[in-house]
Amino acid sequence: MLHIKCPYCGIRSQKEFAYGGDATVKRPKLNSEVSDKEWDDFVYMRKSPRGKHTELWHHISGCRQWFKAQRDTVTHEIFKTAKINEEIK
Amino acid sequence: MTQSHRLNNIGLINRNKKISFKFNGKKLFGFEGDTLASALLANNIHLVGRSFKYHRPRGLFGAGIDEPNAKLQVVINGQSEPNINATEIELVEGISATSQNCWPSVEFDIGAINNFLKRFFPAGFYYKTFMWPKSFWYRVYEPFIRKAAGLGVGSTEKDKERYEHKYEYCDLLITGSGPSGLASAYAAAKSGAKVILAEDKPRFGGSLLTDDVNIDNLSGKQWADKIISELKEMPNVTLKNRSQVFGYYDHNMLVMFERTGDHLEKKSKYHPRQRLWYIRSKEVILSTGSIERPIVFGNNDTPGIFLASAAKEYMKVYGVVVGKKPLIFTNNDSAYETAIEFKKNGIDPIILDTREEQDTDLINDAKNQGIEIKFSHAVAVANGYKKVKSAKIGKLNSNKTGFENIETVECDCICVSGFWTPTVHLTSQSGNKLKFNKDIDAFVPDKSKQKETTIGAANGSFTLKETIEKSFESGANVAKKLTEKEVNIQVPSVTEKKQKTHDRFWCSPLPKNENPKRFVDFQNDVSVSDIELALREGYRSIEHVKRYTTLGMATDQGRTSNLNGLQLVSNIENKIVPEVGHTTFRPPFTPVTIGTIVGREVGHHYMPTRKSPMHEWHIKNNAVFVDAGAWKRPRYYKQGNENLLEASKREAKNVRENVGICDVTTLGKIDIKGPDSAEFLNRVYTNAWMKLPVGKARYGLMLREDGIVMDDGTTTRISENHYHMTTTTAQAANVLSHLEYYLQIVWPELNVNVVSTTEQWAGAAIAGPKSRELLKKLFPDLDVSNEGLPFMGYVESSLFGVPAKIFRISFSGELAYEINVESDYGLSMWEKLMELGKGLRVQPYGTEALSTLRIEMGHVAGPELDGRTIPSDVSLDGMVSKKKDFIGKRSLVKEAFIKNDRQKIVGLVPTDRKSSIPEGSHIVSDKNAKLPNPKLGHVSSSCWSVENNNPFSLAIMKDGKNMIGKKFFAVSPVHKKTIEVEVISSHYVDPKGERVRS
Repeated sequence: MLHIKCPYCGIRSQKEFAYGGDATVKRPKLNSEVSDKEWDDFVYMRKSPRGKHTELWHHISGCRQWFKAQRDTVTHEIFKTAKINEEIK
Repeated sequence: MTQSHRLNNIGLINRNKKISFKFNGKKLFGFEGDTLASALLANNIHLVGRSFKYHRPRGLFGAGIDEPNAKLQVVINGQSEPNINATEIELVEGISATSQNCWPSVEFDIGAINNFLKRFFPAGFYYKTFMWPKSFWYRVYEPFIRKAAGLGVGSTEKDKERYEHKYEYCDLLITGSGPSGLASAYAAAKSGAKVILAEDKPRFGGSLLTDDVNIDNLSGKQWADKIISELKEMPNVTLKNRSQVFGYYDHNMLVMFERTGDHLEKKSKYHPRQRLWYIRSKEVILSTGSIERPIVFGNNDTPGIFLASAAKEYMKVYGVVVGKKPLIFTNNDSAYETAIEFKKNGIDPIILDTREEQDTDLINDAKNQGIEIKFSHAVAVANGYKKVKSAKIGKLNSNKTGFENIETVECDCICVSGFWTPTVHLTSQSGNKLKFNKDIDAFVPDKSKQKETTIGAANGSFTLKETIEKSFESGANVAKKLTEKEVNIQVPSVTEKKQKTHDRFWCSPLPKNENPKRFVDFQNDVSVSDIELALREGYRSIEHVKRYTTLGMATDQGRTSNLNGLQLVSNIENKIVPEVGHTTFRPPFTPVTIGTIVGREVGHHYMPTRKSPMHEWHIKNNAVFVDAGAWKRPRYYKQGNENLLEASKREAKNVRENVGICDVTTLGKIDIKGPDSAEFLNRVYTNAWMKLPVGKARYGLMLREDGIVMDDGTTTRISENHYHMTTTTAQAANVLSHLEYYLQIVWPELNVNVVSTTEQWAGAAIAGPKSRELLKKLFPDLDVSNEGLPFMGYVESSLFGVPAKIFRISFSGELAYEINVESDYGLSMWEKLMELGKGLRVQPYGTEALSTLRIEMGHVAGPELDGRTIPSDVSLDGMVSKKKDFIGKRSLVKEAFIKNDRQKIVGLVPTDRKSSIPEGSHIVSDKNAKLPNPKLGHVSSSCWSVENNNPFSLAIMKDGKNMIGKKFFAVSPVHKKTIEVEVISSHYVDPKGERVRS
């Protein structure tokens, strides 16, 4: 079970969180022209990288904030977590 | 029977307390402090079970988790449990054990015929024999394999014991209390670190209890006792005996099970049997020690053959001799201690050492005590069926591939030592690779992946002086990282006997003209010839050899067999062991009871139960409940001998004719506030929200980005910037997360806040033509006329002096209202409604009647919004705005979603107007067509229409809009029913929706 540092609450057990997928996906803007390909990429296409992955987590049994985490998909090491409006590199 | 093999002056057992127990029906005695295994051996009982495949007699072999054979069916406290390791269970009064995998008895086992058929049971036997025909698999092969593969029998009764879970955080967890564990714990504890020291046995000390060593002029046992008594006094130390750390997971999360009850004669009512610990430790020290390696020889599975270390432990800890004419068969020095211990207790052993004549302290000790030693000798074959009677031994030739001579010596036990294997299971589970250490011919941990250190014998350090010195250092270093405190500890002086290196000899050659089985893995009956066969048949990867032969796959995880198997493969393949590699270790390290894993989450505690404030009333009024997620909802209120259908018909009919009330507390409620709330709703829902006036409710539909309907419900504008959203019971949590996702990540510029208020409000739906009258009675001062409170209207009032929300919304299709009041007043509101409604013939109705009412109205719910339907599929195209963008809109124009023959919701009635159509039935045009019969759609919801008094169903059907009026068949192979149906509109009752507006 992972130990995850919520940027608002501190380190908590994985039990309190829900996984939210790739954090780098950007939703196309409302009312904009979107091609089928762009839309499909946004809705369906996800990379499954080996190694560093910047992803979303939701502290559902805590402060209910979504945040970003950078995790190694092989070792599960979490390098960094950040608020949504913060850059993670 | 007397304890014929009990010694008088040695052991750590309590001879003042005699304990009676039963083995295979026979009453026997042991002492407090015995294990079941030591008590059996004290009574000279060796034969404890039959082997897995050949049903060969098997006896005790080890003294702890190394034991591969003695898996017993044990009755403790009136409960029967299979596969209990006799070496791990402590003797308590009244315990009763029986052998497994034998019939009719362990002494005379019919299955032993397999032993004579063994050439028919080679490696990969299952794969070769049970290949075809396919149909035989279920009827013949599987039942046969299950029977043959029988270990113990699981109980079918409810487990009466209590199991607990515990979460713990600490600075340092140390697994194993041998010399390295104790030294590191002591050093770390002195620095003030919060330390947990776990030991799987009842006694702390590990090898210190049995090894002949001297630390600071104390014996190993005395030194261990001294350290433990000091640790006990320290508030920052938790000592846990009977506790096995069996899993090492990510981010230094370890799991441990503690045997808290089985060793107690009497337990108080709530005393748990076992406890599972989840331990999150900043640092971990793995001091798991090592396990002795056997040497493989002919018939080496005969009862009476032991690991030399186990024989020594039985003497020194339990005061039990495993035999009175022992042979000690070794390739190293450590077994000499066992021989000397025998000698001390008046028994003359013979030592067979595979090495040339050696000169070390221990060997000289043995010589000086007059122990007979035969160098360059090995055991070739053990003789005896249910017990060792003699052994064929011989002098090895110069390259040790054969014997120069063979002689038979009488013996009643053989104690074997093939040197030591570090216990690397936990370090491997932590993610570390292993590296091969040539000096000890075994794998040791490579670089640490997590915050852990492996020390002592587990790290391949087999001398006590080095182990203790390094362990003190490791403990202090790790603690320094955590507490930033330096500690100065005087490392004790250690005297131990110098040892010579071991001999690389792990498998005796066969004597001429003999071909006895030589077992590598006892528990899975894997012999040398099986491994040879697997390699001959072309299996090369050690992982494949493992699966083909089942080497190391039994519950003992190959603790005594892994390295011998690898050595054998490397010899045959002419490779060195590290090239062969090793198989993966996975949790659990030792078997764990299901009860421990489940803990307290049984029965009612399996998951939390959510109850509405009216729950007690429902119980009092004969409600039959149904689970809706964690909620308990009344399905129907039983009157007299009514069944489900009768009750739901009565309740639904009463709504259509009079008035009914339904507990709708479980609906999800989300409070939405902020200046951008309208804009937000406009993006979340498919329909328009910008112009909803204050005091009005609107039905809304929300999609996922892929265009699939996610949820529906009504949202009401309470005030300018304040909305009250309702969701379905099932989707409440998902919808909240969904809203938070968009507010926090996608559109953070919107100034909106959302919060769940589901539990803050109790809800009652009042439905039926007389509902207005009832509402009027509850709120006499309120204008509830059609003009004062029109359809989709909302007013606030108060009830019992607290705020109440009144919505004119309807799920049943009747004139209806929903009242929300603060949860604490829910029951009072409900009782008041029942009381005021007497004259109006009010009746409560449950979810079954609720479904009936919405189905015949053609209102969709969960079964239609099943994660596969888009708005037009369920005839909600009218809800989809063409003017604005919203979540999922772009998907709705995708090719598959605009096809002409796209699926559509329809109504179905049986042509006989009598037969109910099972939900889940498939719709087909030809009921007799060859399988697979093309499926045109499926029945999503069924009811008995109370309005028309015949069955009615909703279905999702391909090209549904063009199917109205046609006839098909609804087939349900599950219910074995085929019903002719006619397709009609999904709106069976009041298609124009006049009643809700009346």
